[in-house]
Amino acid sequence: MTQQQTTGGDVRLTGISKTYGSFTAVHPLDLTVPRGSFFALLGASGCGKTTTLRMIAGLEEATTGTVSLGGRDITALPPHRRPVNTVFQSYALFPHLDVTENVAFGLRRRGVTPVKKRVAEMLDLVQLGDFARRRPHQLSGGQQQRVAVARALINHPQVLLLDEPLGALDLSLRRRMQLELKRIQTEVGITFVHVTHDQEEAMTMADTVAVMNGGRVEQLGAPADLYENPRTTFVANFLGTSNLIEAEIVSAGTDVVVSAGGGTLRLPAGRCPAPTPPGGRLLVGIRPEKISLDPAADADPDDGRNRVTGRITEAGFLGASTQYLVESPAGKALQVYEQNTGHRRSLAPGSEVVLRWDPAHTFALDAAQDMEAGVQSVQDTP
Amino acid sequence: MTRLLHALRRRLVVIAGLLTLAYLVLPNAVVMVFSFNRPNGRFNYTWQRFSLDAWKDPCGVADLCGSLSLSLRIAALATLGATVLGTMIAFALVRYRFRARGAVNSLIFLPMAMPEVVMAASLLTLFLNMGAELGFRTVLIAHIMFCLSFVVTAVKARVMSMDPRLEEAARDLYAGPAQTFLRVTLPIAAPGIAAGALLAFALSFDDFIITNFNAGSTVTFPMFVWGSAQRGTPVQINVIGTAMFAVAVAVVVVGQLVADRRKSRAEK
Amino acid sequence: MSATGGPPAPPAPAPPVRGRSVRKRLVPYWLLLPGVLWLLVFFALPMVYQASTSVQTGSLEEGFRVTWHLATYKDALADYYPQFLRSLLYAGTATLLCLLLGYPLAYLIAFKAGRWRNLVLVLVIAPFFTSFLIRTLAWKTILADGGAVVEALKALHVLDVTSGLGWTEGDRVLATPMAVVCGLTYNFLPFMVLPLYTSLDRIDPRLHEAAGDLYATAATTFRTVTLPLSMPGVVAGTLLTFIPASGDYVNAELLGSTDTKMVGSVIQSQFLRVLDYPTAAALSFILMAVVLLVVTVHIRRSGTEDLL
Repeated sequence: MTQQQTTGGDVRLTGISKTYGSFTAVHPLDLTVPRGSFFALLGASGCGKTTTLRMIAGLEEATTGTVSLGGRDITALPPHRRPVNTVFQSYALFPHLDVTENVAFGLRRRGVTPVKKRVAEMLDLVQLGDFARRRPHQLSGGQQQRVAVARALINHPQVLLLDEPLGALDLSLRRRMQLELKRIQTEVGITFVHVTHDQEEAMTMADTVAVMNGGRVEQLGAPADLYENPRTTFVANFLGTSNLIEAEIVSAGTDVVVSAGGGTLRLPAGRCPAPTPPGGRLLVGIRPEKISLDPAADADPDDGRNRVTGRITEAGFLGASTQYLVESPAGKALQVYEQNTGHRRSLAPGSEVVLRWDPAHTFALDAAQDMEAGVQSVQDTP
Repeated sequence: MTRLLHALRRRLVVIAGLLTLAYLVLPNAVVMVFSFNRPNGRFNYTWQRFSLDAWKDPCGVADLCGSLSLSLRIAALATLGATVLGTMIAFALVRYRFRARGAVNSLIFLPMAMPEVVMAASLLTLFLNMGAELGFRTVLIAHIMFCLSFVVTAVKARVMSMDPRLEEAARDLYAGPAQTFLRVTLPIAAPGIAAGALLAFALSFDDFIITNFNAGSTVTFPMFVWGSAQRGTPVQINVIGTAMFAVAVAVVVVGQLVADRRKSRAEK
Repeated sequence: MSATGGPPAPPAPAPPVRGRSVRKRLVPYWLLLPGVLWLLVFFALPMVYQASTSVQTGSLEEGFRVTWHLATYKDALADYYPQFLRSLLYAGTATLLCLLLGYPLAYLIAFKAGRWRNLVLVLVIAPFFTSFLIRTLAWKTILADGGAVVEALKALHVLDVTSGLGWTEGDRVLATPMAVVCGLTYNFLPFMVLPLYTSLDRIDPRLHEAAGDLYATAATTFRTVTLPLSMPGVVAGTLLTFIPASGDYVNAELLGSTDTKMVGSVIQSQFLRVLDYPTAAALSFILMAVVLLVVTVHIRRSGTEDLL
């Protein structure tokens, strides 16, 4: 796709919601996706992300609210009148048509010519020129995926919607296709709205991620911002792993001092949910890779960092790093990831250890939340 | 020892299966062999001597080819009617939620759970009460009626296994409702519709009981055969039976070969 | 870039009813209309007419009138109960035979046929393309007096046994109950084999390996894995065999004698030759009731209500 810059605009959802009988799939939602961005809707299955996507595509009628594209209200338009195309989950390639005819489908319906030349160019872009006459069932998963992308992109939509496009691929292929999709998006400059349950995929590919839970957007922002500054326990647990420690506020100044598990911890006031009256409760969070671990015997004296003592209950060797579970008064199973730099032997379960981290890396969340929200039962360990 | 028994038991299933197959195919073999018979007298039940007479003159018996063409015409029209109506019902049942769904399902199921003679007798009662003239039209009406359920069942199975996202993909790719139906839904449902149509054709062409009740003096091919069982069975009946068997097998084999070749060419 | 996860949802206003939605809601009814109408007029309505006919009295000359003459049912049953019981007996026997013969064949196609599978399937289906009347007549040749089959059975003393049981008469097979059941079994065998094959084909062959791995012998595997998983096919097959067999009169007329007449023959002759419409309608109604009862009980008991 070398030619025309797509004449797109922002996708703007205003008060959009979807209810099925008494079940609310998506609560009234306002969302703006800026033109040309790679936007990800991230969440577990059933969180409303796919429903939101389908309302943009027109495949689902919104119960309330409007969808507009570049300032034009398209809420009432049926899907075939919307300048929006979708890459479907498990692709939905037409089994009775070959690759060429699948890709040409949209062009033919709109009477855009020349079909042959455009299809050939498109197939080159996704590196499928040699497979033009195959039927979908004769292609591998990765090839099918690229046909699905080509079939949508060839129409120069103002927005490309991707519904779990990589869900059916195995891990290594998924990684490759993530980079491939990112490359294509940069090349064509079309707005991509990508739905996924894979937090890593969302963070690798998207400029902006909206984390959805229970039909609502929990938090929205750049991947690094979401990771470093989660505002809810769901986001803290769903994006990567967080150690959450129940704590009580002792004093508040530029730094907030809290007590937890018999000791005290400090963190910047700016990372607390306001207000922070002494005696109030907080959930203090720290990412496992931000913690350093030393045997209790040769721990340095107090160096201004937050300290927690405990005992290792499990140690898992992962090659590049080692993952520890530490039992302490502050938490029964604190996780610590340590790079295997080789400066000291890894610690065995049963060792008494000191956990230390920079107060600036500490964040705090409202204590009136479920600490376990968003914890994935089977984790994809980085 | 147990190994031997195991092997034998395995073979037993195969042997039993093959014997059943022989039982199924035997009458066809007899029909074929006796199409080359020159019987003494009116009935073609005992072998006399080889002859090609009947094959040289398949229409040499009065009314035989007339009844055959009538049966083909009825079967073609009944197939058309039942396939169109049945496909519409199948789509409605699979694709839409509506009231009276259970009642419609029962209405589809009941004709298949009814001995033919019951439907035949009751339909005749209706026609007699309405004062309808029995003949081509009443036979056609009856055939569409009993083929309908089978078409619905065949098409329903196919439409149910169809990924609804395919149609969404079509709509997403600028196909309006009509285009979506013509270019995506119909081609993908086609094997189910074809299976239903084939079944309807076979059922209609071979139907005897319902036709027997509702045909009046119209003679379809099965009616002709039935009559000849009383009056005398011409060898030509066997010729027609053998020819249709051969054509059917040939169509299946050629179809399979074409499909295989297309597949291997596409994979090249 | 702004987003707010909405506040607690305000009560959602009823979705605006758009013209599109109303038309959409009517679509299924339009699709159903012609076919359902056809079945109502030519299947359901005739049943009503038949019910009404069965309680009429009169004659062809004077016409029939509804007189609620329920005695027709009693008389019909009194006169024709042998044919009734015979129909059920023959159809039941044929169904059982179909199951016994058809299961190995279906099993063969599903698991043992390998590259011959399609050929065997074609051989099961292809006989359909020769009129079943012609094929039934072929049994007259196969079972002819003094023919190879009869002579072989005689030599093996099978006929002595079957004659003793009343299934055959002397040295004859033709024109005996055995010939009729043989014809019925033959005619409806494909209706047993195909559903059996369909449900066996769905069984993952790895289940057999798993059962073997878990210490099951071949026989135990069949009893505990294969057979239960093929039950939908068994139920469908037995129904597809029993229902048409119970109303059939072709085999009884072509291969049997006056002593093997089934209820279908009676209905046919009452309707088309004797022209005693009330009796014919009553018999037909009783047959329908019996078959529906059998079907319902059979489906309920085997718990495969979603069969069709």
